[in-house]
Amino acid sequence: MSDSRQPGVSDAQLERPELESHLAATWRTPGGLWGVLSTVDHKIIGRRYIVTAFVFLALGGVLALLMRLQLAGSERRVLSADWYNQVFTMHGANMMFLFAVPVMEAMAIYLVPLMVGTRNIAFPRLNAFSYWLYLAGGIMLWTAFALNMAPDVGWFAYVPLSGPQFGAGKRADIWAQMITFTEIAALAVAIEIVVTVLKQRAPGMTLQRIPLFVWSMLVTAFLVILAMPTIMIASTCLILDRLVGTHFFNPSEGGDVLLWQHLFWFFGHPEVYIIFLPAVGMVSSLVATFAGRPVFGYLAMVLALISTGVLAFGLWVHHMFVVGLPRVGESFFTISSMSIAIPAGVQIFCWLATLWDGRLRFRVPLLFVIAFIITFVMGGLTGVMVASVPLDTQVHDTYFVVAHFHYVLIGGAVFPLIGAIYYWFPKMSGRLMSERIGRWVVGLLFVGFNLTFFPMHVLGLLGMPRRIYTYSPEMHWDALNLFSSVSATILAAGFLLFFIDVIRSLRRGPQAPENPWGASTLEWATTSPPPGYNFPRVPVVGSAQPLWDEPESLAVACGLRVDRRELLITSVVSAQPQAREASPRNSIWPFFAALASTLMLIASIFTPWAMVWGSVPVLITLIGWFWPKGDPEDEG
Amino acid sequence: MANRTLPLTLPIALLCSGCTGWQSVLDPHAIQASRLEQLIWLFVAVCGVVWVTVTVVLVMALLRRKTPYSHTDTRMTRIVRAAVIATVVIITGLAIVSFYATRGLSSSDATALEIRVRGYQWWWEVTYLDARADQVFITANEIHVPVGRTVSLQLAAADVIHSFWVPNLTGKQDLIPGRDNTLSFTPREIGVYRGQCAEFCGLQHAHMALLVVVESAGAFEHWRQGQLAPAATPRGGEQETGKHLFESKACASCHNIQGGTASGTVGPDLTHVASRRYIASGLLETNRGSIAAWVADPQTLKPGNNMPRVALDASELNALSAYLAALQ
Amino acid sequence: MMRGVGTLVLSLFLVEGCARESRNFRLDPPIAASLDAVAPMPNRIGGAAPETDTVLGQPYLTNAYNLNQGKQLYTWFNCQGCHADGGGATGPAFLSGWWRYGPQAVSVFISIRDGRPEGMPAFGNRLTTEQIWQLTGYVRTIGAYSAQTAAPSRNDAMQSRPSENRAPATVATPSDEWPTAPSR
Repeated sequence: MSDSRQPGVSDAQLERPELESHLAATWRTPGGLWGVLSTVDHKIIGRRYIVTAFVFLALGGVLALLMRLQLAGSERRVLSADWYNQVFTMHGANMMFLFAVPVMEAMAIYLVPLMVGTRNIAFPRLNAFSYWLYLAGGIMLWTAFALNMAPDVGWFAYVPLSGPQFGAGKRADIWAQMITFTEIAALAVAIEIVVTVLKQRAPGMTLQRIPLFVWSMLVTAFLVILAMPTIMIASTCLILDRLVGTHFFNPSEGGDVLLWQHLFWFFGHPEVYIIFLPAVGMVSSLVATFAGRPVFGYLAMVLALISTGVLAFGLWVHHMFVVGLPRVGESFFTISSMSIAIPAGVQIFCWLATLWDGRLRFRVPLLFVIAFIITFVMGGLTGVMVASVPLDTQVHDTYFVVAHFHYVLIGGAVFPLIGAIYYWFPKMSGRLMSERIGRWVVGLLFVGFNLTFFPMHVLGLLGMPRRIYTYSPEMHWDALNLFSSVSATILAAGFLLFFIDVIRSLRRGPQAPENPWGASTLEWATTSPPPGYNFPRVPVVGSAQPLWDEPESLAVACGLRVDRRELLITSVVSAQPQAREASPRNSIWPFFAALASTLMLIASIFTPWAMVWGSVPVLITLIGWFWPKGDPEDEG
Repeated sequence: MANRTLPLTLPIALLCSGCTGWQSVLDPHAIQASRLEQLIWLFVAVCGVVWVTVTVVLVMALLRRKTPYSHTDTRMTRIVRAAVIATVVIITGLAIVSFYATRGLSSSDATALEIRVRGYQWWWEVTYLDARADQVFITANEIHVPVGRTVSLQLAAADVIHSFWVPNLTGKQDLIPGRDNTLSFTPREIGVYRGQCAEFCGLQHAHMALLVVVESAGAFEHWRQGQLAPAATPRGGEQETGKHLFESKACASCHNIQGGTASGTVGPDLTHVASRRYIASGLLETNRGSIAAWVADPQTLKPGNNMPRVALDASELNALSAYLAALQ
Repeated sequence: MMRGVGTLVLSLFLVEGCARESRNFRLDPPIAASLDAVAPMPNRIGGAAPETDTVLGQPYLTNAYNLNQGKQLYTWFNCQGCHADGGGATGPAFLSGWWRYGPQAVSVFISIRDGRPEGMPAFGNRLTTEQIWQLTGYVRTIGAYSAQTAAPSRNDAMQSRPSENRAPATVATPSDEWPTAPSR
């Protein structure tokens, strides 16, 4: 690494082949274990995150199949009451904390820097740290499950059931600490996304030219930053109550059982929008590409995203309509919960308008968008139903609600996600996935999902509560439950086929060109997969669809050094270049810091002294991380 | 005393009622549940129309012949704006309807029958309240009410959060430790309605059911007098032995039988256990055999519940079940 | 090296976790009956625990679910009436960490099952053997010198003492309760 007080070698001085070899050397990740542990390349970390999240999806899916097997008939003995409670808690916690949020953030980690035209994500070492912490939390939770120590109190762990008196053993503590792992990771990524989107965009990419996916990730990141601390506080209070004997949730000593619910749902409702908004952004990308035109109503779409994000913080009491709060106050939340359907409606209408006027290419990603619209709208409408206080008093905590949230989560988030994988897989791996198998995947998932979950609406109205490990034959729920369980195998087959297609395509898929779909955003302006440095020179954009409006060649900016890692900082609103920022090199310290944090957090489940003694190794690793490198950070 | 043939006729009645909505939201038998059922159908209709409209528009968008994309979208803008306004109107309408339905649910009726329901892991303690102390009595897992009279439930929880839900009668309300909640309903038709705990409360949440029996005013008063009376005196040597066993073994530490020496408060009151249609909170229909089965091995039938297995030999079990089955 | 340490720590948690977290709701009747077969010393202080208890790994002392149930039973059967929350009232305190009849679990079991002179009632007929063992295990955590991971935590009730898993709650101090001869 040359001394950066000297002028250094800039990319303006080199021709393309020499430029690329210099950049490749500067931005390379070495092979072997050291490379794996020390990389700060957002693409490698993003891919890792995606793969890990999908592994958790598969594990959670197996749990779901176990539940359906148990509930397929009355009074079955596949799972005992204790195991069933652990299984449904694991299913919920795994899907929400280990799959849904991380996979959306992972897509952002991979795509956002490419879409905004920068070399790496902001705070790359924090990115690496967040992945290791997330992995540790997931391993901890699943190891606990293998040891009969999984939480068994539901994914939202209401006190007093999860509290010190009724939650025997360490099960609920495992849940609470898993929250800490995943939420630190999520917060870290959110901060990186905000900084990347606001300060590292390509010159000329004003706020009105940002792709809608990037907008959705920006709004999501703010939701994470504002909502995640609440659940961290709540889970910390729970661990303190259980481990140390505080009285946060003890009514006899001035605490409040409902405090838990308020704290949890203040996070819990924005959480579902943290999962949903990135999917919305993905749908916008897919619709634009496969309709061959920009999404109708860019400003309306952005405002809908922002207003969804803002409104998401005003809905949480709709999870608490039957706890005995004043009915007038609850009615306010009816209005706010229903009103969030309005920005969602705006987005649906804009997509429909885009599809109406576009030249459609019915490739697999578009098929997933169609499945999304049909399924999500139904889920959203049952959402309007449960938003009504009196209606909710009948269907709350029944299978009606289970059906509703699976419709919005699977329909609203998983379908777009799988479509997005089909869409961006060529970019990430350099190979195309199979159209033929993809159509089968769409069909199996769509049919299997609706057959599995639609009967649950009826079951809820027939009086079947949630979270029961069995039911009596005199309830006459057998037929619908059996139908749902059998249909679940179709859904499982769809996911299995998807995984098979991914693995097959990685090995034998056709090579993908730079822009196989003819899309308009910047990530398609580089090779598939992109090199470590993303773009040989920083692109300059003049419109919101750079590759459509300048199809021949993209304008670029020169001046970044090639002998050390540099990227361009631009202004927030109009993306005027401001400074050249040094981007961190590969570092092993994030991995060590994550390891030290993991040990500290796991040990603190068992003794509070772990926070004291455990912080020493963490401090040491942080010192290693932040030790000054000796080269100046920014040059104007 | 309750009809002794009820345990025989009940299964037949249950089979028939299963067709018409045993524990069903869509089979209302009280004023509140009727209003809620109408609200549900209204919402289903409106939301159904919206969903069908969106799907039809989507299909049309996919199938229609395309005109070349022009960069002017003014007509489309007007259509989308109109759709958004329609959405706002529909949602406002639904919110208003919902608000009025909420108002219609709550009632403050001074002549209401006051009952306190206390939720335990995993059974329901029911206390009939009265201004006169000698008219107060405690039972478990089964509530009787006279038809047409408003019932006001005071909901309390002994341990964790539970939820009282009898869908045929009204919506649910949580029982939260440290909080006093209330729920009221006005039954309209005579019948037997099942409810179930609707907030996850631990291992046997699935088996925490209760029954609400709506009967004529006369039948209700007859039942009430029966519940106020002390336990039936044992008839015959076997029942005498059973009573003696109940009071000398572990049973009396947890259960109360009015008129004897057993006065435990940990488990359900058994003074009139045989007058109830089910034992173990809706698990088994009440008869001598099921009582014997329950006492012999509660942990196999309801694993994790708080009733221990008291070691009894065969003759003791026979005597005990004879005694308990006679406590009408 | 870090990996090796991590694996070792993890496997320690593994072994301990299994015993602590298992939930066994129903003992086979012969085993439940055999739990009654303690062999006390002639002065009824200390003795041999039943063989099945040892073979099962002393579940009533190490299993979180059993200890938690013991805590519930302590309240339900009004042990607090005489022993308060461990601080003692008409009955001796547990919090001091000093045991009148010795710290062995068998002694505590015999005290609950058969009663003791000077006022401890016999609960043998009033509780099942399993319940008495659960109470035994719980009562010992009240006066424990070191924190046990499986020990229960505070009640959802008014604060009267630190949680059992924050042991030692108090340090044993000599008191005028130390007997000079075995009390009879």
